[in-house]
Amino acid sequence: MLLKRLSEASGASGDEGEVRSLLKEELSLHVEEVTTDALGNLYLKKGFGRKPRVMVAAHMDEVGLMVVGYEKSGLLRVVKVGSIDDRVLASKVVSIGKDRIAGVIGAKAVHLQKPDERTKAIDINNLYIDLGVRSQEEAEKLVKIGDYATFTAKVREAGDNCLIGKAFDNRAGCAVLAELLKEDFDLELNAVFTVQEEVGLRGAGVAAYSIHPDVALVIETTAAADVVGSKEAAYVTKLGDGPALTLMDSTYMAPQQILDLVAETAEKLAIPYQFRRLTTAGTDAGIISQTHAGILSAVISIPCRYIHSPASIINLDDWQNTLRLARGILNAIAEGGLRLEGTA
Amino acid sequence: MEIKRFLKDICEAPGVSGYEEYVAKIVRAAFCAHVDEVRQDRMGNVVFLKRGSDSGGRRPRILLAAHLDEIGLMVTKIEEGGFLRFSAVGGIDPRTVVGQEVILYGREKLSGVIGVKPPHLTPADELSKGHKMEDLHIDVALTEESARKLVAVGDLALIRRELIQLAGSTVAAKAMDDRAGLAVLLSCLQELERLRHAADVYAVATVQEEVGVRGAAMATYGVVPDIGIAVDVTHAEMPGVLEHEACKLGKGPGITVGPNIHPKISEEIIRVAKEYRLPYQLEAFPGPTGTDARAIQVTRGGIPTGLLSIPLRYMHTSVELLDMDDLKLSGRLLAYFIAGVDSAFVEGLSCC
Repeated sequence: MLLKRLSEASGASGDEGEVRSLLKEELSLHVEEVTTDALGNLYLKKGFGRKPRVMVAAHMDEVGLMVVGYEKSGLLRVVKVGSIDDRVLASKVVSIGKDRIAGVIGAKAVHLQKPDERTKAIDINNLYIDLGVRSQEEAEKLVKIGDYATFTAKVREAGDNCLIGKAFDNRAGCAVLAELLKEDFDLELNAVFTVQEEVGLRGAGVAAYSIHPDVALVIETTAAADVVGSKEAAYVTKLGDGPALTLMDSTYMAPQQILDLVAETAEKLAIPYQFRRLTTAGTDAGIISQTHAGILSAVISIPCRYIHSPASIINLDDWQNTLRLARGILNAIAEGGLRLEGTA
Repeated sequence: MEIKRFLKDICEAPGVSGYEEYVAKIVRAAFCAHVDEVRQDRMGNVVFLKRGSDSGGRRPRILLAAHLDEIGLMVTKIEEGGFLRFSAVGGIDPRTVVGQEVILYGREKLSGVIGVKPPHLTPADELSKGHKMEDLHIDVALTEESARKLVAVGDLALIRRELIQLAGSTVAAKAMDDRAGLAVLLSCLQELERLRHAADVYAVATVQEEVGVRGAAMATYGVVPDIGIAVDVTHAEMPGVLEHEACKLGKGPGITVGPNIHPKISEEIIRVAKEYRLPYQLEAFPGPTGTDARAIQVTRGGIPTGLLSIPLRYMHTSVELLDMDDLKLSGRLLAYFIAGVDSAFVEGLSCC
C-alpha cells in the first residue's frame, strides 16, 4: 500500500527527499513530465495544453525534531520542526538523520520525581534524544547538528476500518493525489507535492507562482477532535463523517463558487462530507490563493485524530471518500463547473 | 539461548502484574535446558532448581529472584463513543503514556492509541501542566457498540514497543524492569554450566513485584533458602538526577549495601568481583529497597539477602535503556559468587 510506505517514510519540513523519491518512483510512468524546483517541490504534469490549468497540491513534509546541540554525555538537544505539543514527546522512539539512526526520548523515572515535578508538563528543554552513546565525541560520529528526527510508528489496521500511524498529515493527502495521477482528466493536471507546509506554507507559494493555474485544489489532513472530554462544538471534524470542506482558517477564506462546486459534487455523487469547524490554522491554500493576482482555491481534508503526534488515526472510508470527492471536483472543473473569467 | 534474543522476546511479551503467565512460558522454555527441576507455585512464581555438587548432608540453598511482571494499564470504563478510560497497574507517570501506541488485550488483541483532548481545545495555561491519568483515554478506533463487544472493564493494555538497538551494546525496550533481571538469571545459569557449585540454586521468576513485592515472599517461603539474592534494575545517570542517586551505564552491576542487605553477602560479592576483576558499582540504600530483596529478607525467620542491580535509564517508561555488557557482567558475577558458597559460608551468616 502506497499510503503505508508514504507514512513510514521520514520527511520533516526541509527534509522531504525520501518522500519525494518514493512518489517520483511510483508515479513517473503515469505522467508526461516530472520536475522539481529550488525548494524541492515535486511537479508531475498530465494533459499538456488542455484547459483549464488545474493545480492539485498535497504537502510531503511532516512535523519532527531537529538536533541543535550535544550534551557532554552524548545526549542530543533538539528543537521542534513545525507544531508539536511538547507533552507527546516523552518515552518515544525516533529515527535521526540520513542513516536513520535510532534514538529514544526518555523521561526521568517516576520514582525520582518530587510531587510538584509530576504536575508539570515535561517541556522540550528537559527532553533529550539518547543514542545510547557515552560521550559527545561518540554522538558527533553518528549525528550532525541540523539532522532531522521523526517518529517511527508503523502503519497498522485498527478498529472499524481505521489506520494507526504517524505523518498521515499529510501523507494521506499525498496518497490521494498519487491515485488521481493514475487516472485521466480532461484538463491540464499539475500535481504538486509541496515542501515545508508545516513551517509556514513555504513550498506551495513558489509552486503556484511557477504553475500559474486557473484553479487549485489542496488535499490536506485536518484535526478530528471527536474524542471523549471534548464538546461537540469543538470537534473540528468527526472521524468517519467524510472529507472536510474548509470555510475559512487563519490563512484563507473559501470563495462561494468553490464551496458550491465542492458541496454540489459531493451531493451529486452521494459522498458524505462535513465542514471543518475551526477557523484557525492553515493550509497551502492560504498561500496559493494569494499568488499572482489571486488563484481560485479549494481545500478538502481527511479527518485525523491525534494529528501531529507519534501515533494518529484516520478512517479508510474517509480516505476513499476524499479520493472520490477530489476526482469528482476535477471532473466538474473539466466540465466547466467554475467561472474562470479574470484568471489566466 | 543467546541473551539478547531472550531479552527481546521477553521484553516484547505481555506480563502485567498478576497476569504473568504468557511471559512465564517463554522464560520456562529458555531456562529448562539449564536446570534439573521446574515447578510453579500457587501464586504463579516459577521456580527452577539447578542442583549443586555437594553430596552428603543438606546442600546450601541459594534463591535468585527476578520479577516477571511489568507495569501496565487496566481498563476502568468504556465511555460514550467507545473510548476507554484506564488506570495504572504499578507506578506509571501519566505524562509518559500520551501519544503511545498500545496493544489492548480484549476479547481479541486490539491496536490502539493513547489520546487526550487536543491542544487547540486546551487553554494556554493548561499546556504547561502535565496530563493526569484521568484526562487520558485509549482509542481503539471502534464504535461504542463494537467496543462494548470486544472490551471489558479489567482488560489490560501495554505500550506497543519493540526492543530498539541503540549505539554499541545499548538497547531500549519496555519492561526491561525486570526482564533484564531474568536475562541475568539465564546468563548466570549458563555460566554455572561450566562451574562447580556446591549449593542448590533456585532461580525464581517472581510475580507481582510492581504491586508490592508479593510473589517473592511466597517463593522464598516455599524454597526456604539459606541465601536470597534479588536481581533488579537501578537508576542510571541522566540529566536532572543527582550523581549519588544513580549508577553509571556500562560500569558493571550495582551491589547494594544497607539494612536490606546482609553485610557478609555484599562483602563476599565485592570480594568475588575483585578476584575475577569484574567491574561493579556500590549502591548504598538506607532502608528496605523497592525490590524483591525487601520481601525475601523478612520471610520466615529471616533470610540473609543480597541485591544485584543493572543500571537503567528512564525506569518505568517504554524506553527503559541499558547496556547489554552490564547484564552479562551481572550474570558472571552472580555465577562466581554462587560457585564460592559452601556450608561454612552459610553457617557464618547467622553469627554476627
